[in-house]
Amino acid sequence: MPIAEQDVKWVQEPKLGLFGQLYLPLVMDGLTTTISHMFQKKVTEQYPEQEPKLPANYRGVHRLNRDHDGHVKCVACYMCATACPAHCIDIVAAPAPVGWTDREKYPETFVIDELRCIYCGMCEEACPVDAIELTTLYDLTGLSREQMIFDKEKLLSVFDMTTKAGTDPVRTQAGKLGPASEAPPQK
Amino acid sequence: MPEFNLLYTGLLIAGVIAFTQGFVAYLILAERKVAAWVQDRLGPNRVGPFGLLQPIADGGKLFLKEEVIPSHVDKIFFVLAPIVAFSTALLALAVVPVGTTVAPPGPQETLAAFNETQAEYASHFSMVIVPGLDIGILYSFAIGSLAVYGVILAGWSANNKYSLLGSLRSSAQIISYEIPLGMSVVGVLLFAGSMNLETIIAWQAKHGWNLFYQPLAFLLFMTSVYAECNRLPFDLPEAEQELVGGYHTEYSSSMKLGLMLMAEYIHMITTSFLMSILFWGGWSLFGVEDLVTDPIGSAVLKTAILGGKMTAFVGLYLLVRWTIPRFRFDQLMTLAWKVMMPLALLHLVAALIVRQFNLPLVSLTGMSLALFVGAGFIAARSGGPNNLPRRPAKHAVRETVGV
Ligand code: SF4
Ligand code: SF4
Repeated sequence: MPIAEQDVKWVQEPKLGLFGQLYLPLVMDGLTTTISHMFQKKVTEQYPEQEPKLPANYRGVHRLNRDHDGHVKCVACYMCATACPAHCIDIVAAPAPVGWTDREKYPETFVIDELRCIYCGMCEEACPVDAIELTTLYDLTGLSREQMIFDKEKLLSVFDMTTKAGTDPVRTQAGKLGPASEAPPQK
Repeated sequence: MPEFNLLYTGLLIAGVIAFTQGFVAYLILAERKVAAWVQDRLGPNRVGPFGLLQPIADGGKLFLKEEVIPSHVDKIFFVLAPIVAFSTALLALAVVPVGTTVAPPGPQETLAAFNETQAEYASHFSMVIVPGLDIGILYSFAIGSLAVYGVILAGWSANNKYSLLGSLRSSAQIISYEIPLGMSVVGVLLFAGSMNLETIIAWQAKHGWNLFYQPLAFLLFMTSVYAECNRLPFDLPEAEQELVGGYHTEYSSSMKLGLMLMAEYIHMITTSFLMSILFWGGWSLFGVEDLVTDPIGSAVLKTAILGGKMTAFVGLYLLVRWTIPRFRFDQLMTLAWKVMMPLALLHLVAALIVRQFNLPLVSLTGMSLALFVGAGFIAARSGGPNNLPRRPAKHAVRETVGV
């Protein structure tokens, strides 16, 4: 749709007076601005030496959270894998080992292909027990495609690393585990 | 004429060339640093402390890169263009004093007196490659304007419309700005009575800097040399946003491009020297230069003063680049033909009047300033340029932005 004529606001160039037509004062004005910027605080971040300060909701590499016993929190409900638009989460569920009283299932394997992932954070949103979180680790590199496929151990080690370093405290806390860990109602 | 001393001249040539190459290398670093600082960045700082080895890395890269000659170019001129640009830029430095100088003596009444003054002159040394060259500044201008051949050859031989447009703009620009450039210095030459740059410095050391007598001439000269060096705000020949790379679009980033860029920076150095020599008194600084009487010490001091002035002007080049946006081509031509040329002509007439009637020199200062303010007044009364984009009058809203 073309813009209506009355919506267009024509701005006329300002007329310069004697002061402006002498040019030099205005050039001096400009030079002062230029020079003052030379001594202003610089905004450059010296990256490898100076780590950027990322906000806590930055979406970097995933981690699998641990519960109080040190077990993986995940209850293998497949919510994250279902929500994932990139289909990069692969879970194999198994009955929870004896002694894990708070749930029925646990993931036997939990694999995320970090190269396919688009870091949208949908998995984090979907998880009913807050088991998967995206951390602020941004400098993810690897030498091969295989290296970039993260399994359960690796994802748990990311949890250990980031919580110990204090960069990523466990952000989401929803009750003991969550509704997905409850046993199905008895008929 | 002083005796021609092969060793001395050879050393001086080597010294000047080595100095300019080194200075250009660090000038490029300085340009990048200043650009960064003005934009609140840090600039190159990875190679060596504070990035001081960056020029060496850059130079090494340029030397090691493959020399690509595109198949559609005119090979001979394509290769010749950087050579022409670079060698003319270096040649123009030959008459420019780079340090302490002694003015050659004028004509004398008797042969004995002449011989005596000549012997006295020969006993001093001047830091000029060609001391006592009487056409001095004329030579420098003549060679300086040859530099446009490098640009034209590069643009034409590249067989590429952007390059050609760039070089056409450059020729038009340089031809236009040579005129105010030449006319603005005539006033200086009139009073010094010589085109010899050493004599001009000596005159200023005695009578005071030309800047104080002819401020308008200095302004015109400075504006013209910015245009001659293709520096912003007059860098239309290589306007990246419009012409890709301008006349050097087809030069890959090899040594040919390196020579082109170096030529441009050498021009900056030469013109900075010229500005300090013609208008800012060369090596003189309100008597400071006479404080040291020891010959070696005073030579060093004078060289340092001149070098300092030159560096200041080069610094100004770098700052102006980030201050004034590029002119439109019609604005560029309007400025040269409708503003600077009449002003330079009127200023020349003023200088002629003062010289003819032996008026005190300060009256020229007054005339110079009056011309400047008068030009501004006329421009303000005439309502500025009349080539602004036209808008339908009924919707025109007069906004006062800024000023
Ligand atoms: S961040 Fe998005 S793409 Fe990556 S695993 Fe989670 S849901 Fe899938
Ligand atoms: S949504 Fe949470 S609990 Fe469910 S499978 Fe994914 S990580 Fe495990």
